[in-house]
Amino acid sequence: MILGGSLVGGALVVGYTATHPMAVAGALLSGGGVDPEPSAFGPYIRVAPDGAVTVVNRQQELGQGIHAGMAAMIAEELDADWSRVTVVTARSNFRAYGPQASVGSRSISTNWDLMRTAGAAARAMFVGAAAQRWQVPPRLLAVRDGVVSHQSSSRSATFAELLTDAARQTPPQRPTLKSVSDYRLIGTERVRRKDSAPKSTGAQIYTQDVRQPDLLIAMVAHSPRLGGKPARYDPSDARKVSGVVDVFAIETGVAVVAESTAAARRGRDALRVEWDDSAAERRSSPELVRYYHDLAAGRGDVSPSDFAMKGDAPETPFRGDVVEFAFDFPYLAHAPMETLDCVAAVRGWDVSITSGAHLPSIDQVQAALTARTIPGRVDLEVIPAGGSFGRRGVMSADYVVECVRIARRTNGRPVKMIWTREDEMMAGYFRPMSHHRLWVQMGDDGLPQRWRIHTVCQPLVPIGPNSQAIEGIDGSPYFATASTVDGKVFSPSFAVPPSFWRSVGHSHGGFVMEHVIDQLARRAGRDPAAYRRTFYERAGDKRRLALLDTLCRRAGWGEPLGGGWARGIAIHETYGTLVGQVAEVRLEHGRPRVRRVVAVADCGIAVAPDQIRAQMEGGIGFGLSAALFGAVTLRDGIVQQTNFDSYPVVRMSDMPAVETHIMPSADRPTGMGEPGVPPIAPAIANALLALTGHPTRSLPII
Amino acid sequence: MPYEIVVNGRAHTVEEDGQTPLLWILRDMLHLTGTKYGCGIAQCGACTVHVDGQAMRSCSLPLEAAVGSQIVTIEAVAGVEADAVRAAWVERDVPQCGFCQSGQIMSAVALLRLIPAPTDDDIDQAMSGNICRCATYNRIRAAIHDAARTVSA
Ligand code: FES
Ligand code: FES
Repeated sequence: MILGGSLVGGALVVGYTATHPMAVAGALLSGGGVDPEPSAFGPYIRVAPDGAVTVVNRQQELGQGIHAGMAAMIAEELDADWSRVTVVTARSNFRAYGPQASVGSRSISTNWDLMRTAGAAARAMFVGAAAQRWQVPPRLLAVRDGVVSHQSSSRSATFAELLTDAARQTPPQRPTLKSVSDYRLIGTERVRRKDSAPKSTGAQIYTQDVRQPDLLIAMVAHSPRLGGKPARYDPSDARKVSGVVDVFAIETGVAVVAESTAAARRGRDALRVEWDDSAAERRSSPELVRYYHDLAAGRGDVSPSDFAMKGDAPETPFRGDVVEFAFDFPYLAHAPMETLDCVAAVRGWDVSITSGAHLPSIDQVQAALTARTIPGRVDLEVIPAGGSFGRRGVMSADYVVECVRIARRTNGRPVKMIWTREDEMMAGYFRPMSHHRLWVQMGDDGLPQRWRIHTVCQPLVPIGPNSQAIEGIDGSPYFATASTVDGKVFSPSFAVPPSFWRSVGHSHGGFVMEHVIDQLARRAGRDPAAYRRTFYERAGDKRRLALLDTLCRRAGWGEPLGGGWARGIAIHETYGTLVGQVAEVRLEHGRPRVRRVVAVADCGIAVAPDQIRAQMEGGIGFGLSAALFGAVTLRDGIVQQTNFDSYPVVRMSDMPAVETHIMPSADRPTGMGEPGVPPIAPAIANALLALTGHPTRSLPII
Repeated sequence: MPYEIVVNGRAHTVEEDGQTPLLWILRDMLHLTGTKYGCGIAQCGACTVHVDGQAMRSCSLPLEAAVGSQIVTIEAVAGVEADAVRAAWVERDVPQCGFCQSGQIMSAVALLRLIPAPTDDDIDQAMSGNICRCATYNRIRAAIHDAARTVSA
C-alpha cells in the first residue's frame, strides 16, 4: 500500500509502505495534527486570488537562507513572478511534509526533486487551464513571470486570471522538469533573500518577540554543575518579588514564572537552591583531557569500535619512519545570537508551541511525551530562529521539553521561557571535546603507507555507531597512498551534554587531516598544494584536482606576499560539498591575524549563488571564532565561561575579507550551511606552520 | 514608582523598578520587540538604541537613567542616514538569521551621523560592540560604505 495521494500532495510520504517505520511514525505524528491550509497546488504552494505565490517551506530558516533556495526551486519550475513570491515556514506536520528537520546541510539536496516537481506540477495546472480556455494544445503555451501566453494568437492570462480553472485541473504525476540550460532563476543573482526587509526594520518576529494574550514569562535556575538536579529550594524571597506568579521545581531546575521578563529575572535572582550533585560531573577540563589521552592509549574503561579498515590486520607492527600526532579540541558553545526560548501552552490534551525550531518533528514528539499526549495533539508553529548552529536541534529537545514542563503547571496560560546568555553557555549542550591520536608510517617516496587513528569523543546519538566523531577522517582522500588503515573510536558517556554543532565532527576531523597533511608535506620537503595534488591524482579525484587548481590560481598560491604574511591552505569535503580555503595570516603581538580568505566551493548546481557566498562568509567567521578563541572549560564540573566577555567571538575587526568562487557544475546541488566552517582553522594552522615551523596541537590557537 | 520616558517621540509612564534595564521596558511594556536581548551585559550590541542620538546598550541602561532623554528604537529611527542604511542592508542581503541586525543598524546609523564618510578603521571602532554570530560583518561593512555614498550624494 502506498501512502499519500498525488505527487504534489504528501510527496515525501509517497513510497513508504504502511509498515515502514517512517509510515508508522507518520501515522502517529499526524493523528489530529493541524493540517496545512488546503491548496489545490499541494502543501508547498499557495496562490492568492491576486496571483501572488506563497511557498510553504518544510525546512527551517535559521539564517542559512533556505527560504530563498526553496522558493527558487519552486518558482523556477512554476515560472512564477519572483518578485511576487513570499515564503512561510510550515508547521510541524508529518503527513503533509514528512520528517521535518534541517540537518547535514541537506535542505537543498533533499528537496531538489520535490520542490521542482511541485512547481512544475502547478505550472502544468495553469497551462492546462489556459489550454482549455483557449482550445489550444498545452505544448504551444509558454509561461513567464506568472503569465501564460499563446504566441500565435497573442493571447495571455495571468495566474490570477487562471486561478479558479487551474485549481480544478488534476496535477500531473510526473511533470516534465526543465533542463538546467533553460533556467532563468536558479543559479542567477536574482535569487535573493525574501526576509532582508523585515530583518532590517525590527519587524521580523522571533520566539523572543512572540506576544499572546495572558502570556507568562519563565526563567529556570539551572544547576551550575552539569548534571546536577535541584534537591531543595527556598522560594519565599522569589515569591515576594512583585510580578512573580509561581515558583516550582522541574527536572532540570527551578522555574520562576512571572508577568514580565524583568520580574522573572528578579525572582530567579532571589531564589536559593541546593543542588543534588550525585549524578553531576565533578571533573575539570585538564582531568578530562588526561582521561581522553588514557582512553586513546588503551588505558581506559571504554572499549572502542573500529572504523576505516583497509588492508593488513591491525596487529602488524608499524615499521620504519613513523610519525605520531596528537590533537585536543575543547567543548564549544553554539552561542546563537537569540538565546534559547520557546512559547508553549498546555490545555488538556492539546499542546501549542511556537518556536524557532530546528528539528520540528523531534520537538513535536518530545513535547508530546512530556505533556503525556500524542504527537498529533501538539501544534508546533515554526518561526525563524535567531541562529541555531545546532543548538536548537538537540535530539532531547531539552529546551522545548523544559518549556512544556513549565506550561503544564500554569493552568493553560501560555508561557514564554527565556534562557539568559549565562544559561546558554553554562547549561549546555556543547560541541563535544575530542582527542585524536594518529600514527603514520611513511614510505621513501614521502607518502604515507599506513595510517592508524584513535579518536575519543562523546557520542551525539544514543544508538548506533559514533560516526559523527570520525567525520572528516573516515574515508579521507589522504588514505589513497596507504595499503593499511585502521581506526578506533572511543565513545565515553558522562554528564556533560554533547550535541551537533555546525559541521559536527568535521569541525575537528577536518582540522586533523588537513593539518597533518601539511606537516607531512613539510617533512617530505614538498609544497603543501603540490603534495595534496599527489593524493588526488593517485585517487583519480578530478573534482578535488579541479578545485585545487582554481583555489591556487585565485589565491595566488606561490606568489610572494611580504610583510610577514603567509598563506595556509585547506581543502575539505563536508556533507557532499567540497570547500577549499587559502588564508593569509601573520602574527601581530604574538597572535594570528587573518586578513583575507580565498574560498572555492563545489556544491553542484548553485541554486542561490549569493547565499552560497553568504554561507561561506558566515562559515568562515564562525569557524574563525572557534579557531582563535572558542573554548568551554570545566572546573569541578562547572562551566567557566558565562557570557561573551569570557567566551569571545569574532567581531568586526577580526573578520577577514572573503572572496568566494563557485565551481561550475552540472551535478545535483549539495548544501552550504556547514561546509564553509571546517577548512578555516586548518588553513590558519597551516599558515602558522609556514610562518613559525610550529604545528598547532590544540584549539583554540589563542 | 512611575517613571516617564520618551520613546520614539512619545511619552510613556511606566510603573517599574527604576533599576530595570530599559531593554525590558521597551520589549515587555512598550512592545517594541525590534530591540533584542543577546547578552544583558553590554557585550553584544543586540539591544542598541539611540539615547539623545547616541548608540547605547539598553540592557545596561536602568530605567531611571533613561528619564529625560529622547530614546529612539529600530522601529522609529528615521532620517537620511537611517533610510540609506536600511536600503543598503536590503540591497546587499546583509542579514542571515537577522537577530543582531537591529542593533547593527542602530550602531551604523549613529556612526554615519557622526562620521558621514567613515573609513574601515572608523567602522571597526564603531561596530566592534555589535556581535554577529552569523558573521555578516563583511556585508555590514560594505553596506555602511554604500549608505555613506548615498548620504553624501
Ligand atoms: S543585550 Fe545589551 S549588549 Fe547584549
Ligand atoms: S545575522 Fe545572525 S547574528 Fe547577525
